Amino acid sequence: MSDGTPARKRRAAPAKSPGSGRATRRSKPSPQAARPAVVVVTGVGRYLGARVAARLAGDPAVGRVIGVDSAPPSPELARDLGGVELRESQLRTGELLKLFGTADVTAVAHLAVATSPDPQRGGRAAMKESNVIGTMQLLAACQQAPRLRKLVVRSSTAAYGASFRDPAVFTEDTEPRDVPRGGFARDVLDIEGYVRGFCRRRPDVAATVLRFAPFIGQQAETRLSRYFSMSVVPTVLGRDPRLQFVHVDDALEVLHRAIVEDHPGTFNVAGRGVLTLNQAIRRAGRVAAPTLEPGLSGVAAFAKRSGMVDFSLDQLDLFVHGRVVDTDALVREFGFEPRTSAEAFDEFVRAQNPGPLRPQRLREAEKLILEQIRRARAALESSSSDD
Amino acid sequence: MTEPDIWDERVAGAIAALRQRLTGDYEVDEFGFDKHLTDSVFLPLLRPLYRNWFRTEVVGAENIPTEGGALVVANHSGTIPLDAVMLAVGVHEAAQRYLRLLGADLLFRMPVLSELARKGGGTLACNPDAERLMRAGDLVGVFPEGFKGVGKPFADRYKLQRFGRGGFVSAALRTGVPIIPVAIVGAEESYPMLGNVKSIARLFGLPYFPITPTFPWLGPLGLVPLPSKWLIEFGKPIETSHLVDDVDDPLVVFNLADQVRETIQQSLYELLDRRPDPFS
Repeated sequence: MSDGTPARKRRAAPAKSPGSGRATRRSKPSPQAARPAVVVVTGVGRYLGARVAARLAGDPAVGRVIGVDSAPPSPELARDLGGVELRESQLRTGELLKLFGTADVTAVAHLAVATSPDPQRGGRAAMKESNVIGTMQLLAACQQAPRLRKLVVRSSTAAYGASFRDPAVFTEDTEPRDVPRGGFARDVLDIEGYVRGFCRRRPDVAATVLRFAPFIGQQAETRLSRYFSMSVVPTVLGRDPRLQFVHVDDALEVLHRAIVEDHPGTFNVAGRGVLTLNQAIRRAGRVAAPTLEPGLSGVAAFAKRSGMVDFSLDQLDLFVHGRVVDTDALVREFGFEPRTSAEAFDEFVRAQNPGPLRPQRLREAEKLILEQIRRARAALESSSSDD
Repeated sequence: MTEPDIWDERVAGAIAALRQRLTGDYEVDEFGFDKHLTDSVFLPLLRPLYRNWFRTEVVGAENIPTEGGALVVANHSGTIPLDAVMLAVGVHEAAQRYLRLLGADLLFRMPVLSELARKGGGTLACNPDAERLMRAGDLVGVFPEGFKGVGKPFADRYKLQRFGRGGFVSAALRTGVPIIPVAIVGAEESYPMLGNVKSIARLFGLPYFPITPTFPWLGPLGLVPLPSKWLIEFGKPIETSHLVDDVDDPLVVFNLADQVRETIQQSLYELLDRRPDPFS
């Protein structure tokens, strides 16, 4: 526990490595030196974990892929998991140690980090249990895995919080001014704190912490994609926050590279550029419904109860102040640039049911209005020339 | 025959711009600067105020660099920070460049205003943002006096207040961009602050609550600025590239801040001499 509590003070420590000489020297992909022969992927019951595991299983450089989750993947996800050994288990040190001992695990990808409480799986209490305690237990087991060389942890840009006193663009070593509200953001800070503690005890393990922007994509159903699929989208009156997204496929690419290549450090993973919330809603052809800030909490509670969307307080802060991160370190270190936030969002929109205000309709309306004005002016001119 | 064509173009252009807004077909940079909105709405609305209401004259426009990052440092005055907005319009009129203003956190706490500020090119006054903009080659505008400048009584007009900790100087030093001192005359008379009701200010969490000849007596009409004559002088750029190694030397930072302050104060006096009547 002692490693987790002062988490915020030490957050910057591993973030420094991307810029340093050491990191650039180690950045070259070296499949011979660091071949993850046996990879454990946590969270294979969910979309991201399942996709990562399936892709690893298809990579010839990877010998064995073991997927761990407390719940089995859906039949749809399980179809692609042919090459993955599935273990249905909670993240508990004892069970994991048995697994690590028998399988000579060389790399762990910790993706079992839930972003929102799942009412079917026990709500927020269970979410915190699996996020924070699960990570502690996993890292305790990792510490005793002698052949472990690599640890990749899913984190989130929510770690930066969102407030009016923050700089416009967060780099990896920016400290949040306020402790973020909302469970997920605090979970993420705790998780990163544990990873830092682990790095001190096992300096021989290369740890990569990936802070992902909100995911968006054609297939993956996320909180955001549900939000942008509503026909009337609630926003905060007088606010137009700057948002960033990362395309799920790009997130998978970055995760894969982090596991099979060698990129220690903390990295923001987001699409370059920015969409404001209203801009995104307009691109999706939806109608924004500005709500007073105090009112939105009520709307959020109502929407949550009716099961339409699940808002949390950190999401509310995001929709008031927005969040933009710098991705230069990622592009430099990974040699990979995710598609821009706008491109990722437009791809998502194309796969959706078009909203009522789709661009073609507005383009037609524009033509129609212009025609009418021209006709009216022509009529006016001819009548005045008649006089 | 040419006249109707111009009108047709204007109408078509306006409708197309509206359609672009409605479909989200525009670019916003990472600070929230919306060039499309600034060009098509903000600047056209502000130009009449700049040209006809305040009859603004610019001196030393050649001192605005045509490209590359620079830090524009100006005096702050006039109860409502209209001088910042007019300075941005002035820079655009004189050099066709966008001035990226740095604003207080109070501004970014408020709904509507915070978004107008970001869309117009503003961002929070903090070193990471300022340095990021200047490294990208942008023109950054800063008012080191802050609320001490805008909220000073009319009796203290054109007396520069303290320049804070000189954070703006270290931002310029770290990025090696020139500092351009700017003196703005006219804003003090547009909203002369005769009194300050501190109790109301405290109640609303504001730095001051102004009493002007028209506010709050005329209600919202009191927000209309008096038509004072404005002069904006851009001074010679002060190079900082040779001082990059002295970023952490407080003496260098203080001296440079003092030099900038003195330059602005001096040109304020000279401009006031050139404008004997504030409403000429």
